Amino acid sequence: MKDGRFITMAFESSCDETSVAVLEDGRKVLSNVISSQIDIFKQYGGVVPEIASRHHLENINTVIEEAMSQAEVGWQHIDLIGVTYGPGLVGALLMGVATAKAVAFAHDIPLVGVHHIIGHICANFIEYPDLEPPFMALVTSGGHTNIIEMEDYNRCRVLGATRDDAVGEAYDKVARVLGLGYPGGPKMDALAKSGNPAAINFKRVYLEAGSLDFSFSGLKTAVLNYLNHEKQAGRQINKADVAASFQQAVMDVIVDKTMEAVTGSQYNKLALAGGVAANSRLRAMLEEACRQKDVELYRPAPILCTDNGAMIGCAAYYKYHEMGADSLDMDAYPNLPL
Amino acid sequence: MEDIKREVFIRDEEDTRDFGHQLAKQCRPGTVIGLIGDLGTGKTTLTKYIAEGLGIEETITSPTFTIVREYREGRLPLFHFDIYRITNPEDLFEIGADEYFYGSGVCVVEWADQALSALPEDSLLIFMEYAEEEKGRRYRCTF
Repeated sequence: MKDGRFITMAFESSCDETSVAVLEDGRKVLSNVISSQIDIFKQYGGVVPEIASRHHLENINTVIEEAMSQAEVGWQHIDLIGVTYGPGLVGALLMGVATAKAVAFAHDIPLVGVHHIIGHICANFIEYPDLEPPFMALVTSGGHTNIIEMEDYNRCRVLGATRDDAVGEAYDKVARVLGLGYPGGPKMDALAKSGNPAAINFKRVYLEAGSLDFSFSGLKTAVLNYLNHEKQAGRQINKADVAASFQQAVMDVIVDKTMEAVTGSQYNKLALAGGVAANSRLRAMLEEACRQKDVELYRPAPILCTDNGAMIGCAAYYKYHEMGADSLDMDAYPNLPL
Repeated sequence: MEDIKREVFIRDEEDTRDFGHQLAKQCRPGTVIGLIGDLGTGKTTLTKYIAEGLGIEETITSPTFTIVREYREGRLPLFHFDIYRITNPEDLFEIGADEYFYGSGVCVVEWADQALSALPEDSLLIFMEYAEEEKGRRYRCTF
């Protein structure tokens, strides 16, 4: 608090992005530098963990310098260091945690570990400066599919989760089978726009009545069976129709369950989070559903939906002010629960 | 090609469950099971039933994102790997897979063919294929 501002620096490296951000007073982003490594990963059809950690190592100092220079701050201005400590790929997480611990120790700055999913939800506080908890959140990404009740900044309850594949994972796997390449989500979304979502009736999996959990593994198999079936029958496959029909089957279930969670709660606010929140079909369908039910929908800009440091900085700010700093012996937890 | 000792025909998920439970009974500390088969052949489903047979009640979700998930509530600890995204066996050493493979739990490794040379020699391998019927699968086992 050298000049009346509380400055947070945050690190995010749970998967394929190295990102460092600098925030003022929790919600104002001074810089949010993301060193996207997607180009390197394209040839492998997925994130390769060892390569991920090596590239985090190569990138991180450059990203820190760039973030500080854009924010026009020096180490003496920084009041708090935040870092994602799980869940994620262990090697990638360790890079962020080790770096955050090193700078916190060297410059004598308090350190706070942030849960990656809470970070994603906090992206909404950056986009909407007046938003306050409680509200309902839908978190959909490559590794996560959750319906979460945010009771307060640091208290949440998981109402629904995937029982097998995360939604982004289902997209990636189907994209792989269709030969679309990595990352699957945006490519499927783009291809689906020119397809007919009612062309193929893939089964919607709702699980037992009242459950807010998800299951996408069977849908992936249904797509595979359909493709094999068509191939054996010698028919030409319309990839756009497959993408659109798959996407519709996924989104129908997500939207129905999310709306069930919101309307069954005392809140009328729904916040989107995670990489799949950038999906145009999901946004359009939720907009319509929320309009009908008089629910306010919060959608962070795509840059805040992807893995980024700013969302971690925001979460770190609120955690620190309620719960204080974490100890320097903090570790990375690849399976960190909520 | 690995030595195939037997072929098992799986008609439906019931059969997968029976097979998984049976396999769980044979597991000892240090057992490594490698599952090899295309998308949709039921690798994660079989893992669920092995876990169930070990007495694990927690939901087994796909470990694609984090490569490995740990379950410690059963008769033996279960380490569930998905190494699809690993293209070089050496990358498995980088994430400490050896400590799991030669440890005191049971490892189930999906997409084991991505890094066969990194698996212990006495690993139990199951090649999983689509059978003619839509729900049917053929398991070719090296044990």
